[in-house]
Amino acid sequence: MAGLEDLYREIILDHYRNPRNRGELEVPPATLAEGFNPLCGDEIRVYLQVDGETISDMRIGGQGCSISQSSASMMSTAVVGKSVDEARDVLRQFKEMMSIHEHGLDHDEDAPANDRPGASGLGDLEALRGVVKFPVRIKCATLGWNTLDQAIAQAGDKSSE
Amino acid sequence: MRGTLDVAAIKAEFPLLQREVHGRPIVYLDSGATSQKPWPVLEAMDRYYAEINANVHRGAYHIAEKATTAVESSRSALARFLGAPSAEEVVFTKNATESINLVAHSWGRTNLAVGDVVLLTMLEHHANIVPWQQLAAERGVEVRWIPVDGEGRLDLTDLDVLLDGVRLLAMTAASNVTGALPPLRFLADAAHAVGATVLVDASQWVPHQPTEVTAWDADFVAVTGHKMLGPTGIGALWGRRELLDAMPPFLGGGSMIQNVTVDGFTPADVPARFEAGTQPIAEIVGWHAAINFLETLGMEAVAAHERDLTAYALRTLTDRFGDDLDIHGPSDVEDRGGTLSLAYRDVHPHDLSQVLDQHGVCVRAGHHCAKPLMKVLGVNATARASLYLYNDESDVDALAHALAEAGKFFAF
Repeated sequence: MAGLEDLYREIILDHYRNPRNRGELEVPPATLAEGFNPLCGDEIRVYLQVDGETISDMRIGGQGCSISQSSASMMSTAVVGKSVDEARDVLRQFKEMMSIHEHGLDHDEDAPANDRPGASGLGDLEALRGVVKFPVRIKCATLGWNTLDQAIAQAGDKSSE
Repeated sequence: MRGTLDVAAIKAEFPLLQREVHGRPIVYLDSGATSQKPWPVLEAMDRYYAEINANVHRGAYHIAEKATTAVESSRSALARFLGAPSAEEVVFTKNATESINLVAHSWGRTNLAVGDVVLLTMLEHHANIVPWQQLAAERGVEVRWIPVDGEGRLDLTDLDVLLDGVRLLAMTAASNVTGALPPLRFLADAAHAVGATVLVDASQWVPHQPTEVTAWDADFVAVTGHKMLGPTGIGALWGRRELLDAMPPFLGGGSMIQNVTVDGFTPADVPARFEAGTQPIAEIVGWHAAINFLETLGMEAVAAHERDLTAYALRTLTDRFGDDLDIHGPSDVEDRGGTLSLAYRDVHPHDLSQVLDQHGVCVRAGHHCAKPLMKVLGVNATARASLYLYNDESDVDALAHALAEAGKFFAF
């Protein structure tokens, strides 16, 4: 059975209570993307500063539950300083971790849903793996990441103008 | 509890309420989203498929006659349950959402033009907002809103001004967020006085209170089966006969015609005119069993039980949590139904409902498809506990216990 400790790992609660990179950046030069979770009304703002090929800064705004807020906070620490391509790679790995595999839904809560700790290079983000056992919360965990995806696309459009 | 329902006996009729989740007995407090189903409903649907499954209004053979009779007797039962003058004024739909869309498409596109006003309340569910916004975008109809006060009650101070130019008043009978109960008859009279038509979204009312559509003096009433012990996928629209008679069909297809030639078609009379294609017959049959179940208990008794239980919940939660817990909506139990939208300290509703779930307590977290109201209440989401006839004080106590546990878990 998936218990609360599978979802609310200590590092997640820490990022929720003490969110990193919270705030705003001036737009422009930064890019702003907004994401909404239509199910619960949570909203998130990602301010992205890209210099050359590097994500030099990021700030997170908006409000939401512990999972959406901590996931966005952890995302910001994971990708600031990385190149856009590296950030895309982390994004892809994270979303892969958050995808429900067929066997994960067959057996209610007892299924080992995509449970391969340490299999990725996601570091602290691994703590969010347990979210997959709570399918309704996956959209919470991916809200910030989908918004980052959008921000990267917007930043790319702007630099190619 | 001085309620008049034997809740222990009622609970025993609901198989789902016998199960456990996470090793604890389930405490189901999300009947505002959908109710649980008693054995008689499940058995009626099984029996329909096992014994008389056939398409209705078609075959002249025995089981087809039986199936047709089953559908029409369900329609009659529903008409009686709603206090409707005639079963022919009851149109089966998929749910209340489809009922409102039917009115918007058929009555709305016939009767509303540029500049006409549709008046809504800030308590509405998206089902009674979006169809009118679609009409506004398509036809240049104006959508106007009756505001709410801090307790989530309608603020009728400027009603006369708001009613100017109104062709349709579309309002909920009971808020699905705050439980607030608008003064339906008063508003219907005011709307009729300016020549407007009145639609009531009764999704959150009919399961809980005796209903007399004529006492409201409504023109259309939208209802849904699954919140009143019936199956999902079946709802109804009641409309005054002369309005329905003058309305064109909404969906086209089989069953809704008198005649079809290569040149065109003649629509059937109501209610068949609005029932294109094969209807969800088993669901219609199951809904009838649900209505029988409710009538056996008596809606007066159901309403009295829920009023007592809501008072107990408001008292228990307020005594135990004080200012740590905000209960949105009217504080007076006479002004509200058993829908409690909760804000507990700084715990996000999603997180709250997740911890509650570990204690077997099922509540809904989110915006409850009422985003305009959420904005007025100043929140993005709430955790909502909604009470029904199979809940008792032990369920409220379990909610209070789980809330306290959530407080400990997220102790900042």
